Amino acid sequence: MDLLNNLAIGFSIALTPYTLMLALIGCFVGTIIGALPGLGPSNGVALLIPISFSMGFDAISALVLLTSVYYGAMYGGRISSILLNIPGDEPAMMTTLDGYPMAKQGKAGEALVVSGVASFVGAFLATIGLMLLAPMLSRVAFQFGPAEYFALYMLAFCTLGGVGSNNQSKSALAACLGLAIAMIGLDMTTSMPRFTFGELHLMDGIDFLVAIVGLFAVAEVFHFIESHGKDSAIGVKLGKISIPWKMLNHTKGAMLRGSGIGFVAGILPGAGASLGSFLAYMAEKTVSKDKATFGTGNPKGVAAPEAGNNAAAGGALIPMLTLGVPGSGTTAVLLALLLTLNITPGPLLFTERPDVVWSLIAALLIANIMLLILNVPMVKVFVRILSVPSWVLLPGVTMIAFVGIFSLTGSNFDMLLMVAFGVLGYICRKLDIPTVPIILGILLGNAMEDNLRRAMVLSDGDWMYLFSSPISIGLWVAAALGFVAPIFLRQFLKKPPLPTLDED
Amino acid sequence: MRGDRIFGLVMIVLALGYLLSATTIRSSFMSDPVGPRTFPYIIGGLIILCSVSMILRPDPDVEWPMGPMLLKLGVALIVLVGYAMTIKPLGFILPTIVVSAILSYQINPRPAPAVLTGFGLGIGLFVLFKFVLGLGLQGLPKGLLG
Repeated sequence: MDLLNNLAIGFSIALTPYTLMLALIGCFVGTIIGALPGLGPSNGVALLIPISFSMGFDAISALVLLTSVYYGAMYGGRISSILLNIPGDEPAMMTTLDGYPMAKQGKAGEALVVSGVASFVGAFLATIGLMLLAPMLSRVAFQFGPAEYFALYMLAFCTLGGVGSNNQSKSALAACLGLAIAMIGLDMTTSMPRFTFGELHLMDGIDFLVAIVGLFAVAEVFHFIESHGKDSAIGVKLGKISIPWKMLNHTKGAMLRGSGIGFVAGILPGAGASLGSFLAYMAEKTVSKDKATFGTGNPKGVAAPEAGNNAAAGGALIPMLTLGVPGSGTTAVLLALLLTLNITPGPLLFTERPDVVWSLIAALLIANIMLLILNVPMVKVFVRILSVPSWVLLPGVTMIAFVGIFSLTGSNFDMLLMVAFGVLGYICRKLDIPTVPIILGILLGNAMEDNLRRAMVLSDGDWMYLFSSPISIGLWVAAALGFVAPIFLRQFLKKPPLPTLDED
Repeated sequence: MRGDRIFGLVMIVLALGYLLSATTIRSSFMSDPVGPRTFPYIIGGLIILCSVSMILRPDPDVEWPMGPMLLKLGVALIVLVGYAMTIKPLGFILPTIVVSAILSYQINPRPAPAVLTGFGLGIGLFVLFKFVLGLGLQGLPKGLLG
């Protein structure tokens, strides 16, 4: 068995005390990041990339550390959803619908355990799915030429834009902005400067980490100051945590269904974890016999979206690793990490660097078990951390963002650029322009142009070459559908309103 | 409404500048059928198209910060720009104390906790980054260390 051999290699790298320690630290930090309102998986991982890079980790250690943070943040998001009615990150939004009512009925402990176990089931199944599907997809990806890759990038932008925003022209604008920024710097083919305006700092292009930290973390500072930074007061009581076996047994169907739906949503480029948890919740509500109790504290309404969002997190790694096309904001950030470490994701990754892929997968399996232990019996530790006041937390996050970029580049120019991206991110958020396509554009822009130009070299300038193979035609059709379909689906997929915080 | 239209107009102006700047990109002897200008042209064109669509069909307006809130955000921006400029010449600790105290005060306008936050973060983060994580940070201005 190829698979078991590979997995054995992976575990032999991942099971060293050093790697295990990194995974544990990553899980711990990740859960905290996920639990704190305002800090989600994407800005959490974005903040940590420059720092871990400056610390000089090798590729595998950095990957293990930061994917543990990623998985951890997916687990942690539920804690503030349930206890504060504030989603710790966007995918955890659906968990507030039934999680907070459960907590108000004095079942906070049960809700945390059920959602923790659901997270584990979702993430674990998705990691196994990743193990089985990723090598297969990477074999398909070998047949991709430049024309197919160009179409694939289009697909990623279109579906991300279609799903991510309420206004198609805004998400297309965001993607183009990112692509336009990516063009700055030396042209790869001709080594002629483009859009540098004689500024030496721009010769190497704009570092995508600067853009990511600015758009995600610094923009959050402005948003937070404006929204008065409501202090997180835990209004519900958390008693002794015991494991509600009956409730777990009752919700196991919801967990499995949620995992399946989330996993598929995660694989689709551009869809990601938010959609995964949303679809899992809606599907569970539809098939369930006790529909009416959803939204009033039904444990199934906690289990399904949590399994869904964690499964989607695992599923989203598949297109990112095999094709180099991320499916969500956080995987875009993980792609930035891989590029920083000089690892080019794609089909070659599986044949040339199997050690990286399989130790990553082994680390994910280990991290999941650690996270289950951290998040079920030890959840009280994280609840305590939630009470850190925002007026300490937010300045702290800002300083970490600056230190990360400063120690990475050592230049004032890049820090100013980061602040500028922060302002851009704030304005975009105000105007409901999604920022993830901007980041995807910056990350993929050069590769996209390069593939277009190589395709044109192959076809000697015939643009119809882009639509000449069955695979590329399929991708173009999917791209068009992904961009247009949400306009029609939107009326069916209305998000249910969040339960309101009533003062009592 | 207004927000979308203004943003759209700004984007059109920027895109025109972008297109103009793209015309000046030089080709070299290493040429390919597409060349270094085509892709930027496409992008610039698409930006104009999207911006026009935003101007013609704007979304309902959101509430923009006015008066004191705008001032508050402006102060935050100036403080962050100042931080970016001073962290190199003045070292990490002093600017961090000042900046995190100001940001903390903006979120929770009580002076004592803000000052404490400033000192705590300035010194605490320095110890964390320098000694625990081993980053090459400089703590104090060069002159002070002699």
